[in-house]
Formats: sequence, C-alpha cells, structure tokens
Amino acid sequence: MTKRNQRLLGVAALLIGVGVAATLGFTAFRKNMMYFYTPSDLAAGTVPVGAAAQLGGLVEAGSLVRGDGLKVEFRVADCAKNIPVRYEGVLPDLFREGQGVVADGYMNDEQVFVATRILAKHDENYMPPQVADALKGNPDTGKHSCMPFKAVDKTVAAS
Amino acid sequence: MWTWFHRLASPPTFYRFAERLAPWLLVAGLALIGAGVWQGLFVAPADYQQGDAFRIIYVHVPAAALSLSVYTAMSVAGAVALIWRMKLAEVAVVTAAPIGASFTALALVTGMLWGKPTWGAYWVWDARLTSELVLLFLYLGVIGLHQAYSDPRTAARACAWLALVGVVNVPIVHYSVQWWNSLHQGSTLLSAEAITNPKMAPSMLKPLLMSMAGSYLFFGAVWLRRMQNGVLLRERRSKWVREIGLPAWPADVPNGRPLSGGPGTARRGDRA
Repeated sequence: MTKRNQRLLGVAALLIGVGVAATLGFTAFRKNMMYFYTPSDLAAGTVPVGAAAQLGGLVEAGSLVRGDGLKVEFRVADCAKNIPVRYEGVLPDLFREGQGVVADGYMNDEQVFVATRILAKHDENYMPPQVADALKGNPDTGKHSCMPFKAVDKTVAAS
Repeated sequence: MWTWFHRLASPPTFYRFAERLAPWLLVAGLALIGAGVWQGLFVAPADYQQGDAFRIIYVHVPAAALSLSVYTAMSVAGAVALIWRMKLAEVAVVTAAPIGASFTALALVTGMLWGKPTWGAYWVWDARLTSELVLLFLYLGVIGLHQAYSDPRTAARACAWLALVGVVNVPIVHYSVQWWNSLHQGSTLLSAEAITNPKMAPSMLKPLLMSMAGSYLFFGAVWLRRMQNGVLLRERRSKWVREIGLPAWPADVPNGRPLSGGPGTARRGDRA
C-alpha cells in the first residue's frame, strides 16, 4: 500500500468514525435535542406536573378567548392532541389562530399549560397577501401545517 | 481533463488562472447581488404575514447557504491537502476559513435581527441556531489553529484535520429542522416537497435566487484572491514570483507570515 492510500484510508476512517459517533450520540440524546414537547407528549404525561417545559403546536382555530387585560386562553394542537394554554403577557405580532407557537411554561395539576413566554413559530411558506387571500377558500392551505410538530416521546407518536 | 487539473495545481499556473478569472467572478457576483437585493427590497411584494420583515431573507439565506457551502469546500480542500499533499489545497483550506466565518456571522446576526420581530426573541437554543453557532466556532477554530503554528505546512495540515472532523456538523445544520423540533422553520428552497410545490411565490423567489447565485460568485472571487495572496506568500522566494514584477518584500518574512501580523507571528528563533 502506498503512503497516499494510507492517508486516504486515514481520512476515510476519520470521516466514518466521526459520522458514526455523531449518529449514535444524537440518536441517544434525541429527546435532549428537541426544542419543545408536543401536545401529544404532554397529554401522555411525558413531562411531570410543575416541571419547566416548552410546548409547541398550532393555536387551534376558534379556541382563542381573551380575558381581562393581557390574559388569554387558547388550545395548542399538533396532528393528534390538544392542550389548553393560559397566558398573561405580550403576544408576538404574528400570533393568531392557526399560527405555530412555542410556549415556555409548565403543566399545572388541572392539565392546563401555564405559559410564561410565547414565541411565534414561522413556517417555510412565503407569499404576497393577494395569493394568501386567494388560498383562504381552501381549508388545507394558507394555514400552518401540523407536520413540523414531532412528538418527543416515540411511543406517544405511535399511539 | 486530469492533466489540466494537475497543471492548475502548480502555483504559477493557478496564480495566472485566478488573475484572469477573479475579476469576472467579482463583477458578475456583485451585479447579481445588487440586482437581487434591489429587487428583493423594492420590487418583490411584502409577505402576507410578516410584511416587510421577511425581506432580510435576501441577505440571510445566501449568507446561511454560503456558511455551509464554504465549510464543505474547505473540508474537500482539506482532504485533498492531506491525501495528495497538494500545496494549493493547503492554501485553499486556510484562506477559506475567514470568508466562511464572515458568512456564518452574517447569517447569525441577520437571523437574530429577524427573530426578534418575528418570533419574539433574538436567540433561542434550538438545534438549528445552536448548530450554526457551532459552525462559527469551527471556523474560528480553524483560524486560531492556523495562527498557532509557525510552520505554514504543519498549520495547514492541522487545519485540514479540524475541517474534516467538523464537516459532520454540516448535515446537522441542514437537517436540524427536520430531525428535531426547532423554533426555526423548515427549508423553503431545499426540500423534496418544494420541487413539485414551491413554498415561495415566484416574484419573491427570483430575487432570492439572484442574490444567492451572486453570493457564490462573490465568494469564488474572494477565495481566489485570498488563495493568490497565500500562494505568493509561500512562494515568495521562487523565480516565478520575482518574475511577476511585484514590488520587493520589505524584508524577509519569517515563516510565511507578515512581520506585524498579530499574535503568534513573532517567535523565538525567527529571523526578524
């Protein structure tokens, strides 16, 4: 074997080694890489009551109720389940029904998610307002998709 | 094809080739960036939801795409430098890092400026943002490692190893929004779905593609120029460099680094 082939093998071995290590590591720590839990996760009790967590999903259409001052209540849904959310504070500009959101907070013992901060999660679609208006007649478009919200707990996703 | 390639690897041939190509890349790149950004800012319609805030995409997406592409190019050059011991590839590795770091920093800063009005936060520790920050640190690592050795060949090989180890982060950055839950949205341009069903209106997409293509050409021009400088510095004692007719070096430059080039340049035993 020539020196050059040895170096070629060395580089290949390094790339494969680092790739395998990264795959194993990130598979093992999949849950830790997730920025938020989904309503399915919380409904299944993946997160203990009172523990700090992030909840991500879509603001369910027709669920938004505005209370006194800055108090709001709404439901956050993924493709399967939904969770009631209570929040008092300033909402992001993009907040609306059908919008993806990520809320920081915790589950209380009434199975309500008490949010301390709400961020809007944008989706990957860009269009001028006229196009968006034209799409409004179609219930499948013009609204955010529930697909980007993946259950952290794989057993929950299967059920 | 291969003979042409081998000839190009020789520093004088590369130098003359780059001298001819770089100005064209620079002019075409700047023209495309200018036209793309102008159309993006003044011609493209506002977004139905974000309004004018979305227009930062014409800087953010090209910068982010380049941050990954430059890293990939740098590690390919690193593999060539390590396996074939090609001097030009060594120069390519160390000269790509500062350009890549700049694009990464630009992507991070523009993303933060967009994140505040859109999401409601400048920064969150989701997988996309975190892995892009790691990418910046990898670039800074390559730059730092290059500064840490006095021998340019040893430095370049160390940089090449680091570039190769770090390349594992490139698919992580790209797929982070698919593999894990993240606040950052999915890919608008590079997804299987987008081919059949574009996720961006054509009037918004065209300027974006222009400024992206322009950024690649601009990067090509800057990389070629930096590589030319690197080659000149390394080969300054050779006949072909003297024949080019550049002004003489002020003094002998120790170990291929300028005399007043920041930390790590002056070492004991160097000729001053």
